[in-house]
Amino acid sequence: MSTPEPRSHSFDASSILRSTHKHDDPVEPCLKVDNLNLYYGKKQALHGINMEMPKKKVTAFIGPSGCGKSTLLRCINRMNDLVDGVTIDGKILLHDENIFDKSVNVAALRRRVGMVFQKPNPFPKSIFENVTYGLRIQGINDKRILEETVETSLRGAALWDEVKDRLNDNALGLSGGQQQRLVIARAIAIAPEVLLLDEPASALDPISTLKIEELINELKEKYTIVIVTHNMQQAARVSDYTAFMYMGELIEIGATSQLFTKPTKKQTEDYITGRYG
Amino acid sequence: MIKLWFKSGSPWIWLNAAAVSTCLIMVIGVLGLVAVRGVGHFWASPIVSMSYQEDDGAVKNIIGEHVDTTVTPALMAKSTGFKMADNEDVLIQYLMKTGNRDLTGSDFRWIQERHIKSQAEPADLIVVERREWGNFYGQLMAVKENDKVVATGDQMWATLQERLQAALVLHEKITHLEKKELGAINYALEQLRLKQRGLELKNSWNSETAKDFADKKAAYDVDYKHYQAQLVDLHQQIRRDSLVAKTESGAELVIPLSKIVDVYQPNNMSLFAKIKHYVVKLGEFLSEDPREANTEGGIFPAIFGTIMMVIMMSIIVTPFGVIAAVYLREYAKQGFTTRLIRIAVNNLAGVPSIVYGVFGLGFFVYILGGNIDALFFPESAPAPVFGTPGLLWASITLALLTLPVVIVSTEEGLARVPKAIREGSLALGATKIETLWRTVLPMASPAMMTGLILAVARAAGEVAPLMLVGVVKLAPTLPLDGNYPFLHLDRKFMHLGFHIYDVGFQSPNVEAARPLVYATSLLLVLVIIGLNLAAILIRNHLREKYRALEG
Repeated sequence: MSTPEPRSHSFDASSILRSTHKHDDPVEPCLKVDNLNLYYGKKQALHGINMEMPKKKVTAFIGPSGCGKSTLLRCINRMNDLVDGVTIDGKILLHDENIFDKSVNVAALRRRVGMVFQKPNPFPKSIFENVTYGLRIQGINDKRILEETVETSLRGAALWDEVKDRLNDNALGLSGGQQQRLVIARAIAIAPEVLLLDEPASALDPISTLKIEELINELKEKYTIVIVTHNMQQAARVSDYTAFMYMGELIEIGATSQLFTKPTKKQTEDYITGRYG
Repeated sequence: MIKLWFKSGSPWIWLNAAAVSTCLIMVIGVLGLVAVRGVGHFWASPIVSMSYQEDDGAVKNIIGEHVDTTVTPALMAKSTGFKMADNEDVLIQYLMKTGNRDLTGSDFRWIQERHIKSQAEPADLIVVERREWGNFYGQLMAVKENDKVVATGDQMWATLQERLQAALVLHEKITHLEKKELGAINYALEQLRLKQRGLELKNSWNSETAKDFADKKAAYDVDYKHYQAQLVDLHQQIRRDSLVAKTESGAELVIPLSKIVDVYQPNNMSLFAKIKHYVVKLGEFLSEDPREANTEGGIFPAIFGTIMMVIMMSIIVTPFGVIAAVYLREYAKQGFTTRLIRIAVNNLAGVPSIVYGVFGLGFFVYILGGNIDALFFPESAPAPVFGTPGLLWASITLALLTLPVVIVSTEEGLARVPKAIREGSLALGATKIETLWRTVLPMASPAMMTGLILAVARAAGEVAPLMLVGVVKLAPTLPLDGNYPFLHLDRKFMHLGFHIYDVGFQSPNVEAARPLVYATSLLLVLVIIGLNLAAILIRNHLREKYRALEG
């Protein structure tokens, strides 16, 4: 395997964004990753990542397995805090506030940055209780508010029509695709600003995958979405911007249309044309 | 050929099947033996009247129930001192329960079959179940009221039944008065005395409080006198009637009805009447207090004590075990120390239970209890309150004994909760404790119940440590009653396991109590099965509810 380009190379991703999207709406960054390094023990998993994720757009992370895209995603809502022996330096700014700051309340951060995992993970409770879980955590127990939220969230996740008659059934009785949409409903019930999707469709059948992709298209009206996928067609279909990562480094980021048609780096081109990874 | 058979694997299947069947046969055998021996006790077996001639030529009569038969080979019988004729191959002996301990000194007699001249089952033989001296077997002669015969002959039986019912009602009233009303007054007086002593110790005992207390005491005394008068009256009424019966030797005996629990004629009972009698006796066994040094009467206090102790133990052990497991699994940094703790916990499960008893007595009873007494109950001194074995200490000791099981199962349950579920909860802005409380613990609850089931099974059957920390042969009061504060954790209690030991090996009348040992054993097993079934039902319900992401 060829060694990647020098480790320390860092480039200003935002300049690419701005340069490639002059004709589009003015891009307002929601998340900004600033020289992020992450170590599992002594092993470095992310090398000096710099990038921006624009507001109410879909940013996709692609790259071969083990390239660090999930790790980077899990930094954004500090899920990596749960892993023993992880050290992080650098910054991630959510609206100019460093999420690694000591003053940041992790639970509050995760309320602003929702996450959906690779495998559907509904709680073994009723559909209703699943969607209201986040609200109940915040101490909201007003039945009217809960019911309203359940309906809007399930509608938002395109699941309402399928489950509206059995909200009190156990969520584990749903199909995989329905469960994944339920988990999305659960995430948007607490009205986050950012939605992190970690290979949300990789455990689903093609029809469910299609539904999730349609859903992502709708959701970006309201939320900034960051999605990890190793399906390049999916990245091309759903995302506005795509970041290619390799061996813990960000190789290239740009508008999806451009990255897939005219990649600036050779590694990107090799990957998207299927030469390795 | 054999080689092929070995290769096919079927020998191992047969071996497994054999092992499983052996286990099953043993379990069924134990339960079957216990059930057959214990359950038969309450059946009204026929009464035999026998005349037999002993070696010295005297002809005697006995009346009694046939209990057991032994067959001894002639040679062996000779060597134990029996005279055997040359044509006799075996010596057959019958064990007869003849009762009448007050007259003959023993309840049981061995009769050699060859001595029996004649035997019959006359319908008019009666069994009198007495409050003292065990059963009486004989013939009813007359019913008396204040030494005056009121019935003989045909109407005698009906009159006796009628008057016995009245006497039983009176007895019930007397017990109620003594236990409930007078018991409550005595309890209140004792509390008053303790309060007075407490005030004296605090130097706040003055003429005012003295007057106050004297007034209260006077009020109780008035009540007491009132009940006392009622009691005297009832006692007089109950002593009025008696029956006259003829024993096997022809002597007449007067038995006051106040001393009688039941009179029946087993030889004169239809099958239906016998079944009814059986059910009543079984009910009495389950619901009444023991009599005659536990060899007769019921075992209700022991059942109550066992269940009470197990429930208390569960209440104590569950939170401790769960909290310890949560800390070990969720919060403690995994490493050398946690490994050490786990090893210690696992080894704790292997410590002989009597050691826990000694520890409970030494630490809980004497040190903890002694200090509690010194701090909070100085007025009771020198009588201990908590500084003596009791329900609380027994429950805590058993909780300690069963703690490892609960910790281990809960830890396993926590480990089985998928990481994805925890992450899902955390990702929704829940803190670690919220995640634990709302999602992880409920999902681990079936495992906790499994731990509790194992704990209950172990605790309910444990006797050795209990003998040191709270179980007694006979507890005059239940740990739960109508006197404030209702639950008396300081009281000693009775326990089925200890009851078996006591009745079987420590009672003055082991032979008479033997069926009770079996019956009590069966009951102990049933109580444990009952407690376990309850826990298993709860667990299955929880499992159904949280059957999350299996695999």
